[in-house]
Formats: sequence, C-alpha cells, structure tokens
Amino acid sequence: MNEMPGWEQIAAAGLLIASGILVVISSIGVLRLPDFFRRMHPPALAYTLGSWTVTLAAMLTTETGPVAHLLLIPLLLAITVPVTTVLLARVALFRRRAARSGDTPPPVTAPAVTLNEQPMAER
Amino acid sequence: MSTLVTGAITFALGCYALASILVIVRLVRGPSAQDRVSALDLLYFHAMLVMLVLSIGHRNDVYFEAALLIALFGFVSSAALAKFVLRGEVIE
Repeated sequence: MNEMPGWEQIAAAGLLIASGILVVISSIGVLRLPDFFRRMHPPALAYTLGSWTVTLAAMLTTETGPVAHLLLIPLLLAITVPVTTVLLARVALFRRRAARSGDTPPPVTAPAVTLNEQPMAER
Repeated sequence: MSTLVTGAITFALGCYALASILVIVRLVRGPSAQDRVSALDLLYFHAMLVMLVLSIGHRNDVYFEAALLIALFGFVSSAALAKFVLRGEVIE
C-alpha cells in the first residue's frame, strides 16, 4: 500500500497543489482589485481551472476504474456560473445607472436601432 | 494512499482556508451589495472544493454528493440574491 507512488499519485498531488494555488490567487484578486467589474474576473480562474484540477485529481485517485459521475460538478458549474455572473453584471450596471455615476454606459436598446442606418441585408 | 497525496491534500485544504479568509474579508468589507453576493458565491465554491478534496482523502462517495448539493444550493442562492438586489423581489 505504501510503496513508491505511481504516476497517477504524483499527477493527483500536482493537480491538488495547483488547485490550491489557483484558488488563493483568485481570492487575492477578489480582495485587492479596485472596482466591482474588475473583481468579477478572478473568480473565473477558480470556477474553471480550480474545479477541473480537483475533479481530475479525484478521478486519478479512485481505485475502481474511471468514474464519470465526478464530471457532473464541472459541467454543472459550466452551466450555472455564467448565469450568476451575467445576473451580477446586470445588477452592477443597473445600480450604477440608478446612482447616476458618470462613466456608466447608457442602455443600448433604443439608440442602437437608429445608429444602424443600413438595413440588415446590405451589410 | 501515499504520503505524497496526503501532503497535497493537506496543502490544498490549507490553501482553501486561506482563500476563504480572504473572501470573507471582501464579504465583510465589500462596498456594494453585488460585491457581497459574488463573495458569497465564491465562498460556496470553496466549501464545495473542500468537500471534493475530503472525498479524495477519505475515499468516500458521500462527500461527492455533498459537494454536488453545495454547488446547487450555491447557484440557487446566488441567483435569488442577485434577483433580489436587481428588482427588490425574487419572483415577479
């Protein structure tokens, strides 16, 4: 049981260490960046690479062959995290518009139609 | 389980603890509500990672199901909080 570690043990240990370092880097980014729109970027590092490294490490260390159900977690995160991120971006944009902050871009729904003077087919 | 993997598991758990402390600082300090919602979402994710790493260490599949449940609840709570901050009500 406790002989020389095989290649999968070494790979799993490397993946676990990498996931720890990536998660710490993303948290430092969340803590230190100055603006909310900039602070939205570092969690993506943890959500994608952090979850994939831990999942691959878990798949490498199982003794009962390859297990596919561990892939449920990265797939679930790949579906749900963009929804939350887009909702939070809309929250930040709407609240900054409501607060009449100076450099917030205006809504694009009404003026975008008048800006495109050419019809759709001619472009 | 070799000592290499055990040490890596300990290192990863320590890293998650440190990252959770940093995110909690942002959660407490965060100047706006959306900062706090995104920090809470990241905190859910760290708890999920801890569950996954514990499932590696203890060779137990129950931890995996706990991680899946934490991921689902984290999504639902973050989406509900974001909707609440956006509109003032969750279900319109």
